[in-house]
Amino acid sequence: MREVYVAGVGMTKFGRSEFKSQLELFGEAAMDAINESNLKPKDIEALFVGNANGDINEGITVLASHAAAEIGLNHVPAIKLEGACSSGTVAIVNAFMWIASGYADIVLASGCERNTVTPTADATRLMNSGNHHRYEAGTGITFPGLFAMMCHMYSHKYNIPLPQLKEYMCMVAMKAHKNGAKNPKAQFQKEITREQYVNSAMIASPLQMFDCCPISDGASAMVVCSKEVAKKLTNKPVQIVGVGQASSGGLSTQKDYSRPIAREISVQKAYKMAGLTPKDINVVELHDCFTIAEIVASEGLGLFDFGTGGQALARGETQIGGRMPINPSGGLKSKGHPVGATGIAQGYEIVNQLRGICGQRQVEGAKIGLTDTLGGPFASIANIIYKRGW
Amino acid sequence: MEYKLTFTAWRDRIRAGKYSGLKCKDCGTITFPPRMVCSECGSVNLDIVDVSGKGKIVTFTTCYAVPTGYSGPFVVAMADLVEGGRVMGDVLDVDPNKVGLELIGKNVQLGYKEFAGDYMTGGDTRLALTLKIIS
Repeated sequence: MREVYVAGVGMTKFGRSEFKSQLELFGEAAMDAINESNLKPKDIEALFVGNANGDINEGITVLASHAAAEIGLNHVPAIKLEGACSSGTVAIVNAFMWIASGYADIVLASGCERNTVTPTADATRLMNSGNHHRYEAGTGITFPGLFAMMCHMYSHKYNIPLPQLKEYMCMVAMKAHKNGAKNPKAQFQKEITREQYVNSAMIASPLQMFDCCPISDGASAMVVCSKEVAKKLTNKPVQIVGVGQASSGGLSTQKDYSRPIAREISVQKAYKMAGLTPKDINVVELHDCFTIAEIVASEGLGLFDFGTGGQALARGETQIGGRMPINPSGGLKSKGHPVGATGIAQGYEIVNQLRGICGQRQVEGAKIGLTDTLGGPFASIANIIYKRGW
Repeated sequence: MEYKLTFTAWRDRIRAGKYSGLKCKDCGTITFPPRMVCSECGSVNLDIVDVSGKGKIVTFTTCYAVPTGYSGPFVVAMADLVEGGRVMGDVLDVDPNKVGLELIGKNVQLGYKEFAGDYMTGGDTRLALTLKIIS
């Protein structure tokens, strides 16, 4: 396989897009990535778009082709990838393969979503369809409900009393907002208090409003290319040194929700390809769609021993400046979660962290970063490892 | 290759009071709810068998913010069946506001309810498994 690099990245501000459609948001992020790479749209040889529910939210199908036309790509292959919330990272994995194989030299990986246009109860029904549509979804289980069941199983398995676990989860939320307050692209750029967390509405016990990421709109894009091209375009190219992806069925088909098996398979593939271990990672952007998800992911990625993610968090190890900074961008919780755009926005943060241009939220000296993106009932998980290429 | 026990056939058996899964003739595992292949070894060498519907709760939640077409709060749990297999079901006859971790480990009896579908159910009804606490 050839070495694969990132030449440039772009993303819109995340939040509520009152007037711009997901295609228009895509156009803005895509042109930012292309311009930053000193390229023109005609240089792009293929387009990958991560998108989960563009059809239902805004009535758009053949989305990737419309997206290609939107930015004047020259009739190139355009492919939509859907793995629920992991869609964006799945787009990067596939872009990687096209470059690694030598089939193309420059492609664009992107993601977009406009979720706020769908009323919350309808969006909840839409996300309910991520469960097995005949054997599970009829119960009315919600998306927060899946992670609530993860949380209760985690508490029971490790004998961590629920009030203690909730203290850790509050720390996840407060850390996310503390970091997001320093991110001009974040949906919520303000810190929260413990009191706000404790008093927030119950969504799916034991998850409250402030345990949950918001519903968001936004887009993100990344120019993925060969080493030769990257070195010509930028003096700070970032190498993609490892990729992994794995799948599972619904919760009925899985056993231990405190250790989603797809994550362990996916990230081990990425570590192996990169020839790296968790100890080599300097900064992480992981899938904190719910606060408990951050604790569980931090263990599944091998960053902390199983059952100890909360303790590491309480010791400040995952803060910017800690031993293993997690979600300096503010994560899904504070930055926002426009589903298809999330994985590439994680990559946007890591690329800029490695370049050292993240200002107040910069992780000093970061050379290697890891992303983790989870879709559906722990059913689609993908990981990317980025490394300074200069 | 013919599907051994489709959802529609499985549902017909439930309507007749039988909870059916697939027993693997190669490894003995019971797959419930059914799939194309054995959940353990991937074999297609399967027999339809009826199970007792008795099981044990492994985790749960009370859903407060619920999908269109549902009224909350309600309790959903995962339960392991004694013969094998894991199901998601609505927990019956408990106070959704009062359930806690003591629910884990409770013995349950499987049941079901069937109700009108919506625009996402392909013109079909919806079915939800239910879990009644027996001890």
